[in-house]
Amino acid sequence: MDYFIELFCSGLTRGAIYALIALGYTMVYGIIGLINFAHGEIYMIGAFTSFIVATVLSIYGFPLAAIVVVTGISAAIWSSAYGYTVEKIAYKPLRNAPRLTPLISAIGMSILLQNYVLLAQTSDFLPFPELIPEFAFMEPVAHIIGSSDLVILVTTAISMLLLTLFIKFTRLGKAMRATAQDKTMALLVGINVDRVISATFIVGSLLAAIGGLLIASHIGQINFAIGFIAGIKAFTAAVLGGIGSIPGAVLGSLILGLTESFATGYVSSDYEDVFAFSLLVLILILKPAGLLGRAGTGKV
Amino acid sequence: MAVPVPERFKRAAMVTMISIKDVKRSLLVSLWFVFLSFPIMVIQVNPVERTVVWRWSNMLYMGIASLLLSFLVRIWLLRQERRLAQKQLSSSPQPSILHLLLKQQKFRYPLIIGGSVIVLAFPLIFSSYQANIMTTALMYIVLGLGLNIVVGLAGLLDLGYVAFYAVGAYSYALFNLHFDLGFWPALPLGGLLAALFGVLLGFPVLRLRGDYLAIVTLGFGEIIRLILENWNAFSKGPSGISNIPRPGFFGVEMSLDQAMTFMYYLMLVLLAGTIFVVNRLQDSRLGRAWVALREDETACQAMGIDKAQTKLIAFALGAFWAGLIGVIFAAKTTFVNPASFTFMESAIILSIVVLGGMGSITGIIFGALILILLPEYLRPLSEYRMLAFGAILVAMMIFKPEGLIAGSRRVYRFQAQKIQPMLKNNE
Amino acid sequence: MSKPILDVIGLTMNFGGIRALDHLDLDVYAGEIVALIGPNGAGKTTFFNCLTGMYAPAEGEIRLTSPETGKQTLLAGLKPNKITELGMARTFQNIRLFSRMTVLENVMIGRHCRTRSLIFGAIFRPRKTREEEQDTVDRSYRILEKVGLSGQVDELADNLSYGAQRRLEIARALATDPFLLLLDEPAAGMNPQETAELVDLIRRIRDDGHAVLLIEHDMKLVMTLSDRVFVLDYGEKIAQGTPAEIGVNAAVIKAYLGEEVLDEEMP
Repeated sequence: MDYFIELFCSGLTRGAIYALIALGYTMVYGIIGLINFAHGEIYMIGAFTSFIVATVLSIYGFPLAAIVVVTGISAAIWSSAYGYTVEKIAYKPLRNAPRLTPLISAIGMSILLQNYVLLAQTSDFLPFPELIPEFAFMEPVAHIIGSSDLVILVTTAISMLLLTLFIKFTRLGKAMRATAQDKTMALLVGINVDRVISATFIVGSLLAAIGGLLIASHIGQINFAIGFIAGIKAFTAAVLGGIGSIPGAVLGSLILGLTESFATGYVSSDYEDVFAFSLLVLILILKPAGLLGRAGTGKV
Repeated sequence: MAVPVPERFKRAAMVTMISIKDVKRSLLVSLWFVFLSFPIMVIQVNPVERTVVWRWSNMLYMGIASLLLSFLVRIWLLRQERRLAQKQLSSSPQPSILHLLLKQQKFRYPLIIGGSVIVLAFPLIFSSYQANIMTTALMYIVLGLGLNIVVGLAGLLDLGYVAFYAVGAYSYALFNLHFDLGFWPALPLGGLLAALFGVLLGFPVLRLRGDYLAIVTLGFGEIIRLILENWNAFSKGPSGISNIPRPGFFGVEMSLDQAMTFMYYLMLVLLAGTIFVVNRLQDSRLGRAWVALREDETACQAMGIDKAQTKLIAFALGAFWAGLIGVIFAAKTTFVNPASFTFMESAIILSIVVLGGMGSITGIIFGALILILLPEYLRPLSEYRMLAFGAILVAMMIFKPEGLIAGSRRVYRFQAQKIQPMLKNNE
Repeated sequence: MSKPILDVIGLTMNFGGIRALDHLDLDVYAGEIVALIGPNGAGKTTFFNCLTGMYAPAEGEIRLTSPETGKQTLLAGLKPNKITELGMARTFQNIRLFSRMTVLENVMIGRHCRTRSLIFGAIFRPRKTREEEQDTVDRSYRILEKVGLSGQVDELADNLSYGAQRRLEIARALATDPFLLLLDEPAAGMNPQETAELVDLIRRIRDDGHAVLLIEHDMKLVMTLSDRVFVLDYGEKIAQGTPAEIGVNAAVIKAYLGEEVLDEEMP
């Protein structure tokens, strides 16, 4: 039974990380209908920036609390900056191009960013400094759920809450919803669509950066290629939940996280990624609208 | 069009004129990139020895590079605006110089003959090492032409193309291992098995929209690779299969050098066959249907085109060539393992098609030669290879989505009085 | 009188909770030009989409009868391409040409369902394929002559003027050898001269033996051209008859001009 709960908890943790990335996919898709292939790389850059900043600070002997705060802020700043720039360079000029054009551009961006980090840093796996201490109060359940799992779950929950409040109540959030509904109408009622799109990329990147920081400190190592697989899995989660739908992305992520956790725990860990990919292929073929997505008759 | 000379000078002058505002903007862009790249470009930490290296020179390089790039883009934008203003974009996209050169009878035949002589004599002139590199380039041309059927003509973005390549390679490796099957029977078998996989994958994904199709094919490609990596009993896992025989030639004993040379000519024949077939396919009822499908699926169906059948054929044919080259690859390297069939391989082939020009045979030949040979001959730059591929994909989509050499549409002859069918072929 | 070539009975289509078409009946006979009119959003294009298999209607029957063979087919769940093959072709309101193909190639695509060659034919080009190809080219050219585009065969479809693009849409549909041609607002965006030419073209198409069912807003065109008119409003058929009958139909005037106008002007 303990094993089951342990798998369940690690599944939730995985799901939480996927959710942080999946939200970026789903929000961008909701607004400009593009699979932002480079989003996984933004997450990787978040993790890498965290790694660099945290290691530098720890080498220079800063206290843990300061390291955590500065690392978090830097990861957020640089990830959003990258997300913003990627949109400006690779997608904005292609706003009215045929559908596959920005997708190919996005794939190019993804390869470019991966190799940029590879060349500027290293291809090796790097040990990530320990940012999350083992909490004393977690001692009794430590064999089932670790402190970092708890931190991940709590941080993710807070992020989701803030995101929901942002989208529901702020001006910009409302503008985002309007733009997702109907871009032309949004333009007509005076919404600056370009700015809304930029904001969407920034918010998505911010969440991905949080995910990058959390996963790096959870697993304890990073390299330049972590974004690719994580990106595809998060995309799977977004599609599973119904791409374009924010609650859908969270639901899909949790389902994917749990499925993976149980499948690797009870079946075989060799095929960890195969489960996710198979799930992706199956959903897209059987129910492309996802669990919470809107199915519509295509306009002719 | 006769433009008065002074007018043209004026235009040229205006093109190169960049305002102060542009300079300011470019400086800002460059500053932004310096900031953006700061942690990753400048700081290098060694977490084990706990040292930090501050690479400030990188910051300078980044600033200069982004400033130059920003200028170039601005000049391009200005020219674009000017061209739009002059409505020079009215008719079909302007053919490139290379294309014009090929079109001219005067240049065409010398070029073709000269090219063929060099290509045919290549292994005789250069070392077998060079021939080996050239063989690789030829393989990528064929892969590009195969993917071109799926992506360039039919407009189906297949990101898992490498899976079919893997199917070809592994079918030769495994049939040889278990049944001692030779290269020659394995060649068509590998192609056909890959085509079968193409159909199997094609069936479920046909209904999907373009971008979903891309992701599903990507997933499929990864699944194949992961299975090869983990199913040890079947594929010998990550260590792969070695000692795959090279192709024989009526039992003639060949030295390694001769084998390489033979491989080169074999590839050349295969390439010639591929060009012939792809050219004919492009220029047929089926080829037209693919292009129409790429342009507008709904209209296609309304015109009576069976979407499913047409897409399936494209998938199967594309996969067939990947399978063929897979067998060749296994025979050439005498060794296969899953690491050769990653997504990056698909991305390279896609870059070839995108750079050269979707739907253009000449374009893809040049695309493959540029992308495969340049990194080979510019060794110091070869580590920037994948970086450049990524940049090429982005830049081509933004600046020249039709590729270096755009595919041109065919001009048909009609015989209203039915004298004699005269199908004349312009590429 | 012979059987109608198109017989629609009780066609109903819903989008979510909205009823776009409500038990619609309509028929077209061989050699007729029939118009389908109605205010914007009345469900006319939806009706076309149901006929051509792009939408799956919730209820109702659509029967297509070939005037030559007399063979009747129930169009339930048939794919759009099968329906075109049976002999009903359409144009699109929002022009959907293959923009990066030439004018001639666009029409040649229309011949696709009347030709057969596949991979083998493409690669080896046996005599049969060559003849088929030449036949496709010749027929397509003749159709382009008919619609007045024979001077621009090698132009990319994208580069044609708006009116010419509309005519190319018609040419492409004609290439599928339909006995019934569905035209979705063929005169939209045309100037009076172009419209006059279009009227002439549609008459010639009818004289060549294709029945025509068209959606149109240009009332003058509808009244001069059509043999019968069906009027749709909010997915329901509110009137049908000859142009003369429709012109004085109270329900139609009401639908078009609104309630008040009717009350004031028709005591």
